[in-house]
Amino acid sequence: MITRTLRLSVLAASGAVLALALAGPAQAQRDPGYEAARASGQVGERTDGYLGFTGSPDAGLRKVVDDINIKRRALYAQKAQAARATLEEYAFTAGCLAIARTAPGERYQAPDGSWQVRGSGLPVRDPRCP
Amino acid sequence: MSIAKSTGPRPNAHKPSMRKRATWLMVLSAGGALGGCITVNAPEEPIVIELNINIKQEVIYRLAADAGNTIEENPDIF
Repeated sequence: MITRTLRLSVLAASGAVLALALAGPAQAQRDPGYEAARASGQVGERTDGYLGFTGSPDAGLRKVVDDINIKRRALYAQKAQAARATLEEYAFTAGCLAIARTAPGERYQAPDGSWQVRGSGLPVRDPRCP
Repeated sequence: MSIAKSTGPRPNAHKPSMRKRATWLMVLSAGGALGGCITVNAPEEPIVIELNINIKQEVIYRLAADAGNTIEENPDIF
């Protein structure tokens, strides 16, 4: 009886772990509003490592993107400190990579500050980008 | 005598030329101040101050792998 309960609890525990493992990545998906704004080009990747608006967004989108930028900044600050770099250096490096990872049709900021639509080729990036 | 005569007026002749020169300079500078105004027009496009100019490429290369991992580990905000 005891062994049976133990077995059941072990099963339940492993089930919970599995559920958490499955829920983890699902929870870490992009906000649907953010995803749509990226795809439509309302939001783009800036050279400094943050998201920017290519036009004037509505209040809802502005809040979503501002929240993401605040989270990015906090993450950059933490990672920069660990890597013994400045926040700006880390953020700029992440910006280089985030621009490189944009999908065709998404927008990104060129080194001159202009908004560009990502084509099928390489994006126009700062010459210092890796 | 003739030498003394010829050397005599020299200092006197020198003084007026200095004064003349000074007068000319004043006139020229006054004219310059009046007529030579430089007009500076504001540029049409906004002035962008590049704050990232001091970031060195070697630092970016050092951070690249770390930043790449950060992006992959946080797909909700990238």
